[in-house]
This record gives sequence, C-alpha cells and structure tokens, in this order.
Amino acid sequence: MSLTPEAVKKIAHLARIELSEADVAHYTTQLSSILGFVEQMNAVDTSKVAPLSHSFDMPQRLRADVVDEENQRDKYQQIAPAVMAGLYLVPQVIE
Amino acid sequence: MHYKTIAQLANDLKNKVISSVELTQHFLQRIRQHDQKLNSFITLTEEAALITAKKADAARAQGFARPLTGIPLAHKDIFCTDGIKTSCGSKMLDKFIAPYDATVVQQFNQAGMVMLGKTNMDEFAMGSSNENSFYGPVKNPWHLDYVPGGSSGGSAAAVAAGFAPASTGTDTGGSIRQPAALCGITGLKPTYGRVSRYGMIAFASSLDQGGPFARTAEDVALLMNAMAGFDPKDSTSIDCPVPDYTATLNHPIKGLKIGLPKEYFSEGLNPAVQKLIQDAIKIYEAQGAIIKEVALPHTHLSGPAYYVLAPAECSSNLARYDGVRFGYRCENPVNLEDLYKRTRSEGFGMEVKRRILIGTYALSAGFYDAYYRKAQQIRRLIRDDFTQAFASVDVILSPTVPAPAFKCGEKAKDPLTMYLSDIYTIAVNLAGLPGLSLPAGFVDGLPIGMQLIGKLFDESTILNLGHCYQQHTDWHTRTPGGF
Repeated sequence: MSLTPEAVKKIAHLARIELSEADVAHYTTQLSSILGFVEQMNAVDTSKVAPLSHSFDMPQRLRADVVDEENQRDKYQQIAPAVMAGLYLVPQVIE
Repeated sequence: MHYKTIAQLANDLKNKVISSVELTQHFLQRIRQHDQKLNSFITLTEEAALITAKKADAARAQGFARPLTGIPLAHKDIFCTDGIKTSCGSKMLDKFIAPYDATVVQQFNQAGMVMLGKTNMDEFAMGSSNENSFYGPVKNPWHLDYVPGGSSGGSAAAVAAGFAPASTGTDTGGSIRQPAALCGITGLKPTYGRVSRYGMIAFASSLDQGGPFARTAEDVALLMNAMAGFDPKDSTSIDCPVPDYTATLNHPIKGLKIGLPKEYFSEGLNPAVQKLIQDAIKIYEAQGAIIKEVALPHTHLSGPAYYVLAPAECSSNLARYDGVRFGYRCENPVNLEDLYKRTRSEGFGMEVKRRILIGTYALSAGFYDAYYRKAQQIRRLIRDDFTQAFASVDVILSPTVPAPAFKCGEKAKDPLTMYLSDIYTIAVNLAGLPGLSLPAGFVDGLPIGMQLIGKLFDESTILNLGHCYQQHTDWHTRTPGGF
C-alpha cells in the first residue's frame, strides 16, 4: 500500500512526532516501501489461524495485592526535566 | 592476555598469576588506547571498576571466590545501571542516570564481575549495523570500513577487539547473534523469559531477550549460569529450573539429530558462507550427529511479520518518552502538545521515528486487522513450523547471516535492505527459541557465523554442540590485527 503525505502527517500526529515537510516526503516513500514489504503476508490465508501475541500460550502471572515497593519519589524526581514541590511540571494545560 | 577466555582468566586469578585489579587496569588501558578506532564504548566506569576489582581480590583472598569473581565485563547501554548514565544510544536518554540496576546487572555484580563500562548500540536497539547511535557508529574490528552488526554492535566489537572478555547484549530480531557473527565471537540469545528483562530498556517486549557475548560457548555457559533465572520483577519471566550450563558441555553428541532448514540454504545465501556451514556440518557428522533436512515453510514471512510486530510494540513502549518524567525535554514548549511533539522529534533519531510511525500505523483504527492481527497470525504459523520441525530433530542449524559484514553506509539509505540482513535470526525471536551464534570461518577476511537453534529452554544442548564445534575448530581463537 502506498501512503499519501497526508496519511504520514496523520500518523505522525498520532505518534506525537513533529515532522518537517522534507521529513514527510522522505517518510512517505520509505514507509510505503516497508508496507509493500510487509504486505507479503497477504499471500497466506490466515482466516482460520488464531493470532499469537506471545511465543508461549501462557497467562499473565499475578501477584498478591500487597505493597512491595517503597516510596522513592525524591530519587526518581532527581532525573526529571522539571519538578516543583514533588510535582512534575508541564506547560499549562487548563486556562 | 586480553584474548584469553573467561575460563582461562578465572584460572589465572585462582592461581594468582594475575589479580582482578591488574586485569581490570589492563582492559581499561586497552580501551583508552584503542577505542577511538572502534567507538565501542559510550561510558567507561573506571573508578567503580577498580573498586569492584579490589573487592573481588579481597573476596578471593578470604576464600569467597566464585567462578566469575574478578572477571571484567561490559554492559550494553540498554541495561539500567544505578547512578550511571544509561543512554540506550539515544539523545533522548543522553542525560539519563538510571535510578536502579537491571536484574542482569545485579546478577553479574553479585557474581563478583567487574563492570568496565557501557557499550555503544543502535538507538533503542533498532538497527543491524550500529550506524543508528546518537554517539556515532561502531566499527568492525576486523576491518574499520565495515559495520560490526547491530544492535549490540559495541558489545560485540569490544569483545572481538579484546577490550573485555565478556559483554551483555539484547536480541529482539538478531541483535546478539548477528553482531556476534559479524565480529567473529560467540553470542547467545536465550529462550524468551529465561533472562530477566527488568531494567532492560524496552523495545518490543514480546521479543526482547538479554544474553551474553564471549569468545567461546564454554564462556557463554559460565555467564548464563549467572544471568539465567526467574525474576518476579519481570512479568514474563519463566519460573523453571536453571541447569548448570557448564555441566553438559562435554556430553558426546553421538546420535543427536541436527535439522537443516532448506529455506535457510536457498537463494540469497553467499556461496562462501554456505561452504563454511557445510564444513561445520561435516564436523558434526564425524562426531556421530545425525543430519536431517527439515522444513520451515513460513520462513519468508518472518521479516514481514516482524516488521509489523516489533514496530507496533515499539510505538507503544516508546510512548513513555514524553519529556515529562525523565529524559530529554525540548526547550521552551508553548503547550503540552508542543512539548510532546518537539521532545520526541528532537530526541529520537531517524530509524526510531521510522519504526514508531510504522507501528502507529499498524495499530491505528482501520488498519489493525490488516497489519497487526495478520502479523500475529503469521507469528503462530512460524512458531508452529518450529514446533513441527523439533518433533523430529533436537537442534536446527543454519547460517547466522547470509553474508559477512557490509560496508559502513552501504545500507544506511535503504531501511528495507538493512532489514533483510536479519533474515536468519528473526524467526527465532518470533518463536521465543534460544539461538547461539558461533564463529564459523572467514569470507574475504571478515568473520561469519553459524547459528544453532534449540528447543524452548534447551540452551544446554546448543551450548553442548557449540562447545563440541569449538573443540574441533579454531575460528573462535582468531583475533583481529591492530589492537
């Protein structure tokens, strides 16, 4: 399948990635060729095949609902780009 | 000394031929002297290494030495190291100081190993040539104009050049086995779930698996004894007993059934590589192994399925890099959307963005069934092919790579050609199986590799076969000149 530049811009927006016009042109060609490659899958009829999300058919392991982590907020916030009073700072969201 | 195996170095330490401090200084000195040619390290942790080495020597003096005590190693910069920069080869994490250790790092620390530093890699482990690193490309020690393979190219090049006797890597579609092959060393991708993924920066979570690089299968077995095992902190870690991988290395291989998948010996395979693999097969035959042809009929679809599934999982995993809690943040964002978009477009390199875009498309409304679901269905067919093949053989043997290393820049412009360099390794990840790459000779002066694929959780048999091969060949003892 061949993508249009508009489709690439839409995908980029969904992925929250900003693309220049040059990038859009570049990715339009490349993504189209990658999609052409992956579409070889269509040569096989898989209508009766169950999807496999994981190499083993196994359920997600559960654990007891007990606290096993200590609070390390201060340590983790040391590597944040901007914090104040224990909160992560982002540009104003609500006017 | 720097080309000795772990087993030999452990012996030297035990017999007091050398101390861990001396060994560590020796390797650090080599890295300082030669690594500007290869660019295999992102961070050197010299001070911490010498402190650990001193402790290792002290432990040994008190009689507390274990098999790996005092042996230096390097970690791929994808494993979190407490208090030490963990960049994942990306501008996004250029200033990221990990707040905890990955389980694998912890295991090797507990085993008494000495971390020399963190190795270069393709950004977020996405690549097959190590040309996608924010810190510049890594070069192949056998020829500086050629790529070392990727994504764990720094780890492979460092061991090949004698900068470390061992290193760690991760393998999502071949990122341990392919660089091991192209650099002429031994590398193992364990069974999915065998080695903890905790603290290993995620790319495609259903495929990612950490594993070791070393010179020999025996060394890989020693390293696996330390790194394999159940980890409650990894939700897909498997709780099943870990054997002593060194105990079975010398088992006779007489009667073992080795399958040759005909699809892996078809067009596209360099004839010189094919010849070397045929030579390896003859060695196994002479040792009494039974060689059989097997079929993996959906092999040609492993690339297409992989390049939907891995990008889809990547697009989801890498959504966390939003400039809020850690990692890079763009300057002066005007609003939240601007913060997200500019942070991500400035922080990620071209290949990472390409994969995020492909993955986002494959998961987006209206295309999910055609791409993601379809790829998962193909994944089952590929997995079932292996299950069927393993009903009649114990191990599957193939080349690791279709050809030796390519030149730097040769495939950088066309992502699709680059993706095809992983054709023999990708299916193994989709099926979750263990795969070992062994040095199997040279083509035009560049190393190539042989791959042994085992049954689920049967690393022992492929290591046994790998060790047997290395008792009858000397490819693994060859070293590149100039270092």
